This record gives sequence, C-alpha cells and structure tokens, in this order.
Amino acid sequence: MDTSILEEFRSIVGRDGLITEPEQLHTYECDGLTNYRVLPLAVLLPDTTEEVQGVVRVCHRERIPFVARGSGTGLSGGALPVRGGIVIGLSRLNRILKVDIPNARVVVEPGVMNLSVTQQVSPRGYFYAPDPSSQQVCSIGGNVAENSGGAHCLKYGFTTTHVLGLEVVLPDGSLVHLGGKTLDRPGYDLAGVFVGSEGTLGIATKIILRIVKRPEVIQTLLAAFNSTNEAGAAVSGIIGAGMLPAAIEMMDNLAIQAAEASVHAGYPNCGGLLLVELDGPAAEVELLMEQVKSICNSCGAWEIRVAQSEAERIAIWKGRKSAFAAVGRISPNYIVQDGVVPRTALPRILSEIERLSAAAGIRVANVFHAGDGNLHPLVLFDRRIPGQEQSATELSFNILELCVKAGGSITGEHGVGEEKKKFMSVMFAEPDLETMQLVRCAFDPEHLSNPEKVFPRPRLCAERQGIYEPHPLEVAGVAEYF
Amino acid sequence: MNNSRVQTEVPTAELGAIVGADHLRPATSADAVDGIQPQWIVEPGSEEELARVLQWANSLGIHVVPRGQGTKLEWGNLPRHAELVLSTLRLNRVVEHAWGDMTATVEAGCLMGEFQKTLSEHGQRLAYDALWPERSTMGGILATNDSGSYRIRFGALRDLIIGITLALPDGTLAKSGGKVVKNVAGYDLPKLATGSLGTLGVITQAIFRLHPLPQAVRSLSFSTPDSTSMNELVLAVQDSKLAYTGLQIRADSHDPPCIDVRFEGTPGGIDAQARQLLSLTAKAQQVESFPDVWNKRQALWTGKEPNLLCKFSVLPSQLGALCAAVFRALEQSRLTPRLVAQGLGLGFLRLEGEDGSDWLAIITRLREEMNSLGGTLGVLHCPLAVKSHIDVWGPVGDSEGLMHRVKNQFDPAAILNPGRFVGGI
Ligand SMILES: Cc1cc2nc3c(=O)[nH]c(=O)nc-3n(C[C@H](O)[C@H](O)[C@H](O)COP(=O)(O)OP(=O)(O)OC[C@H]3O[C@@H](n4cnc5c(N)ncnc54)[C@H](O)[C@@H]3O)c2cc1C
Repeated sequence: MDTSILEEFRSIVGRDGLITEPEQLHTYECDGLTNYRVLPLAVLLPDTTEEVQGVVRVCHRERIPFVARGSGTGLSGGALPVRGGIVIGLSRLNRILKVDIPNARVVVEPGVMNLSVTQQVSPRGYFYAPDPSSQQVCSIGGNVAENSGGAHCLKYGFTTTHVLGLEVVLPDGSLVHLGGKTLDRPGYDLAGVFVGSEGTLGIATKIILRIVKRPEVIQTLLAAFNSTNEAGAAVSGIIGAGMLPAAIEMMDNLAIQAAEASVHAGYPNCGGLLLVELDGPAAEVELLMEQVKSICNSCGAWEIRVAQSEAERIAIWKGRKSAFAAVGRISPNYIVQDGVVPRTALPRILSEIERLSAAAGIRVANVFHAGDGNLHPLVLFDRRIPGQEQSATELSFNILELCVKAGGSITGEHGVGEEKKKFMSVMFAEPDLETMQLVRCAFDPEHLSNPEKVFPRPRLCAERQGIYEPHPLEVAGVAEYF
Repeated sequence: MNNSRVQTEVPTAELGAIVGADHLRPATSADAVDGIQPQWIVEPGSEEELARVLQWANSLGIHVVPRGQGTKLEWGNLPRHAELVLSTLRLNRVVEHAWGDMTATVEAGCLMGEFQKTLSEHGQRLAYDALWPERSTMGGILATNDSGSYRIRFGALRDLIIGITLALPDGTLAKSGGKVVKNVAGYDLPKLATGSLGTLGVITQAIFRLHPLPQAVRSLSFSTPDSTSMNELVLAVQDSKLAYTGLQIRADSHDPPCIDVRFEGTPGGIDAQARQLLSLTAKAQQVESFPDVWNKRQALWTGKEPNLLCKFSVLPSQLGALCAAVFRALEQSRLTPRLVAQGLGLGFLRLEGEDGSDWLAIITRLREEMNSLGGTLGVLHCPLAVKSHIDVWGPVGDSEGLMHRVKNQFDPAAILNPGRFVGGI
C-alpha cells in the first residue's frame, strides 16, 4: 500500500492503531472458518466513531475495500479479509454507553462482548436474550452483522428482534442513524435490513439494544432417548401441545461423547439427548414441565432429569454450549455446518445425513436447535488422511442441499459469508438475488464494504434511470418537514 | 395533474389483455386517494399478472396505487399522481398452513380475519391484532406496519414475517426469506417491505411464523389517579416478572387514565399472575374490564368530523409526560382528546374539533412536545385541506438520503405511490 496512505491512516488511528507487520497481520487473516485465509494490507484499530469515519473516507476516496471485524469468531468467513483491502477491527470500541432499565434499553459500541451486556444488567433482573454459544467472546457488532441466534431465540427471537437502532458509518464515510430508541420511526426499516447484512452495508458504531426481564422461574429438563428420531417425536409432541419453550436442543450420541470428553457435563450416554427449557410464571412452568415429562416418557425417554439448582442448570448448558469445540476431542479436524429445515422434516433429514455419512465413510456429529429446525452437523475428518478433507467438505455441502430441498435454508445463524456464496443460487433464483442487491447498491454502490461476500455474483450498481419529481408541496414551498 | 412528462391517459386495451377485461373497471369517486382521482382499477388474478401490470405501467410512466381493501389508504402524504389502482383482492388465498412447523403462507389480498380463521382450525394464530381484521388485507397491514396490543409480547410484524414475495416495477417477482423461522441467507427484504407503504414494490405473498392459541385469556383493568401514577404502574408491570400479553393505557379529557393488562396461558398460571399483579397495583383502583377494551384503539376511528388522528411513539417511561403534554397543549382549545397507547410507548391519539379549529397550529404544537421528548408523531387522518400543508410523517433524520437511494433502486421511475411516503418518496 502506498506509504502516504498508510501515513494518513496512522494520523487517524494513531501509531498503535495501525498494524502492518506481517507477523501481526497473520492474526487477522481468517475468522472461525480457518481454511480460508487472506492477508490484509493493513489492520486498523479505531477508538471512536470519528476515527472509523476517517478511515472509511480514505478507503472510499482511494477505492480500498475494507472488512469490519469484531472478535473474528464468525464461522462463514464474514471477517475474512479481501485481497488488496484492509481490516477495520472494532475491538477498541468496547464501551457500554448507556443502561436504561425503566425502558429496557442498553446502548453499546460494537466491540462490546455479547455476554457483557447480560452481565451489566443481570443485577437488575434483566438479560440480553440472543445467546450464541460463543457469547463470552463474540462482539455485538458481529452479532448484528450475522443476525446471530442462540438456544433461547426459539422463544425470544434473534438478534434482529433485539436491535432497536444503529449508528452506521456508510461506505462513503457518512454517518447515519437507523431506527432509534423509540419504535416505528418514520421511513423504511433500514435497521432491519442492516442486521444480518454481514458487514456489506457499512460499519455499525453504536447499537441500541433491547433487554428482557428475567422470567420468574426457569426449569431445564434433560431427557435421554435411544435415537434422535424418538427425541424428535418428543419435540413435535411438545410443540403440538401448544407450548413455546425457551429452548429445545438436541444432541446425538457422537456429540454427547464429545461433550463428555471435554466438559464432563454428566450427560447420559444415549442415542438422542433432548434439552428442554421452560420459563415463565412458576405456576405455569410447573404444570407444563409435567406435560413435557409425560410427552418425553411416551416417546421412549428412559431417563429424565430436571435441574434442581442454578448450578445444575448451568452444567447442563455447559455441555451443549461447548459442543463445537468439544468435537476437537474426538476428531483432529471438523467442519461446523449450519442448515435449517422445517422442524417436521428433521427426522427425515437426520436419516438422510446418516445415510450420506455412511456412504462417504465420514462421521457426522449432530447438535441442533431442534425447536426451530436449525441443524449443526459437525463433519469430522482427519486432514492427514489424503482425500478426507475433500470428502468432508463435499458431505457438508450435500447436507446443505438436502436442507434447501426440504424447504429450508443454507444458514440459520452463521451467515453466508465467503463459504456459502455459491449456495445462494441453490436457495434463491437469480431475480431474488438481484433484487436483494438493490439494497447493496443503495448503501454501497462502489462495493467497498466487505465486497465479494454473501452473493455469488455482485450486481453492477448504476444510479438507476428515474425521474425525480419534487412533491407539489415542496414546489409550492408549503410543505415543511416539521 | 398536468405534468407533461407523465402519461395520464391509461391505455386500457393492453391492461385488459393482461388481466382479462372483466378485471379492469373505471374508477369512481369512491376510489379517490386523498382527493386525487384515479382512472382505472385493475385486479390481477395471479402474482405473474400483477407483475406484468406493474411492468407495463412502469414502461409508460403510469402511477400506481397498490390497494387491498383500502381501509388505510389515507395513511400517507397526498399522492403526487395516482392513475391506476392495483387491487390485490383476487390474490386472497391462504397458500399453505404448515401447522406442524407453525408457519403459514398467505397472499396479500387475504383478509386478516380469514387468515386467522384458517389458522385457528389447527389451534394456531398470527399473534397480532390489526385494525379492522375482518376488512383489512394482510398486504395492507404489512405495508402500513399497523400494530396493536399483542406486539408487546410477540413482537411487531417485522418479527413475525419470515418470507416475502415482492413484485417490482420492472416486472421482477422476487422472493426473500423463506419458510423456516430461522434463516439468515441474504438481506432481510421482508423487513424492508414491512411499513414501506407500497413504495418499493407490491407485496404479493408473505410467510409468517405462528403461535399457539392460548388455553385461557383474562384481562384486568385499573383506573389510576393521574398520568404520573399511570406511568409508574406501567413501568412497574414492565419491570415485574409477569408474562402479560397486553399492556395498554387509555386516557381522555374527562376520566382518569386507565390501564389494561392481559394474561394468556393456563388457568392456574393466569390466576397466579393476576394475584401478583394486584399486589403491584395498590395505588390504582381495579375496574371492570370489558371484553372490548382491546378494541379501544380501533374505536378511536369512530366519532365526529373534523378530527385529527395521530400515531405517536415515545419511550415507555414518557407515556405519563406525553399524556400531560397533550392535555396541556389542548387546554386553551376546544378539542376533545382520546388516546390509547401500548406499554411499548406506541399509541394513537384522536382529537375532535370544529370547522374553525386551527389544526396546523395544533399539529405544530404536538410535534414540538413530541420533539422535546425525543419521540415521533405521524398524522393518519386530518382534514384534507390541512393535509396539503404538512408532511404527515415528520422528519426522518440523517438517513433520509439513504432512503431516497433505496427507493431509487427499487422504483427508479417513482411509479409506486409517488409522494406518499417520508421525505417526498
Ligand atoms: C465456538 C463457536 C460457537 C458459536 N456459536 C454460535 C451460536 O450459537 N449462534 C450463532 O449465531 N453463532 C455462533 N457462532 C458464530 C459467531 O460467534 C457469530 O457469528 C458472532 O456473531 C460473530 O461475532 P464476532 O464478533 O466474532 O464477529 P466477526 O467474526 O469478527 O465478524 C462477523 C461478521 O460481522 C462483520 N462485522 C463485525 N463487526 C461489525 C460492525 N461493527 N459493523 C458491521 N459489520 C461488522 C464482519 O465483517 C463479518 O462479516 C459460534 C462461533 C464459534 C467459534
């Protein structure tokens, strides 16, 4: 990169905010999807919104592509640098700016960790509902970009439901405010569009979050079944009974073994483990928990445990939340996949996965958010065995195709990023993708903000032919936007 | 409208060829949009026909007013032009109710009431209460982002919609989202379309996530001495562990403000919660909760002309201040206010006045009050003569330019509801 530009960057973010040494740059060459790597030209670590704006303005002027980065835990290559571009790391923008308990709102900078929000408000009996398993280390900015989910999103909704407003540096360096503290601000729901846009529409520098009051009681049940099919039948029974649990998670035997090896969660060794959490008013939860137990029993559960203390509850969750990393204990390498199917298609898809796995000679551990049909097949392989990585990748892609054929999605929470671009065309027709990219053309016509991600082919953005006619009132000078 | 660049005569032969002559008819004065008289009403019978109508109109610069039942057609600024009304009423099917998955696909012209009836056959619902469900189409409810009392528990439409099909002016039919509750593939166009007042494209289908119908429902109502104690109680309920599905306030110039709380669930759970609620409401007096309290918002639309109907939004902690400000602003006037708001801070205000009322001054005053609270105020109904002097939406802020760019990408020739949305969009 031109040294004068580097100098300019340095003048904006300060000496310690600019990284250009190759050894240091390597830290930023990938995110959680480690088999894709690109070395950025430089990494900038701004401290303030103004610094982010300053950096982005230079990028815009020089047509340098940039990629925002939170904690780099993304699993689809969202924060993977782009060739010839820079990375803007947001870890220094990590202040919780305002906590407004009466209105259940918290304003944060993007580098704040997900769990910090809950920690900040839990003394007042509140929590921040979206709880990705990576919540101790992932940033709110990353959550916003990915529209991250978590086990409790079944009842409480994904990140998008909990983001009320955003301050965003657009790819030309200008600053806009989308949404706000109060609901239904006039105009298009651009905050709704920005959430989940995977860093392609600009950089969020402030986020207004909604927090939720902790329910009166929380009860967590663990049920052991012989197979995921039986456990799946219990899930259908629970939903069919008109309940909306806070979470319904499932693990198969391989995933249980991994969790046991890694965190000793004390799970029963079974073919299908179900974790059901109910929350709400005590009287109601107690009654419904009895119903859940009897549904589990009638579907073949041979062991049912309800956590008797907060410590037991945390232990149950620990096994589930550490499942991805735990798989490292039973396999040298693995791919974390993320697909969604309509919940009723789960049993069929699981047996299909089993069939594909057997045919390929590749083991698949299954951990999933059963309540909303979000599968996380963990495809296990050993890179040292020639051809295995290739077979594992193919298998994981075949699983995605299964999901789409079943009427589902190629990603429920990890995003499209770099990894799944090509699958967008499996899920959507060309006109669908072209239409989505109209939004991109409005935000980032020069394709500078995380370009080449999400869409298989970028749409050329032209200022579209159109006739702007001022409103007759504007012409007459009578309309005032008061 | 005498703008020479705009084709004002609608050449109907081609339109008839797209939809069939039976589905094209001349507009009457009943079809006027804020006093602007359209020429024709076209009713396509399929998404494809609808898209072709749009493409055709776009190529000729004919301005289109997408319309369901027209119940909320006056929401918005005066249209710049309106030659063709595009009715969605023939697209009225519930396409699929995947009750095992708790999702449903519905066409834009389907009435909310019909939709709910179909869902209830399997014990489910769209957990949402819109105005006039027996007359409002799902497309119209989405386009106007109309929301009622369930929002405080189940979220807004933006949180319930999971997929959409949009017809764009260039004839594209584009899908976004999907049939599964959890899905982050691509941009979230369902949210973009929700509340866009038909200015980006015409919604032809939507997919929603559903909720079970409750086993039992109970509402409790309370009368509070003044707006300060009303607000304290609203905040106390929100800060409690109660799992209410509605929290509403009602205020007018005669009676002290009232609060309504709704619980749903098992009878035992409701009893326990009602008892807990009563322990919070010591300062308030419990009053009989009539079954229609949750229709009080809708009831704001009945009464005398002339009147002003506004939608406002403040923080929950400002509801009391808002009520006080409204009543203060009206002290010297002879207007009678009625107000219904949700605990979320969103509400509706009706003012009835007289022919000589200075509506402009009142709107200005209300907006000033709202500005000082950091909230917003939109005008949903006012005398037409007043409407031509205001922007009903109020200021958008620094994202207005971006909104124009979004509009320009989707509808470059500005044929869809021109002038009706924010900032002259
Ligand atoms: C062990 C493990 C478990 C996980 N479990 C879950 C889970 O349960 N649910 C789930 O949803 N995800 C999960 N993830 C994925 C990941 O943690 C989430 O996607 C998370 O939101 C990423 O946050 P991050 O701060 O690491 O973002 P990064 O990886 O740094 O970036 C992610 C994307 O966000 C963009 N971005 C970052 N900051 C900003 C900003 N301020 N403005 C605009 N764009 C920005 C980046 O450009 C990139 O596209 C898991 C990951 C791991 C490693």
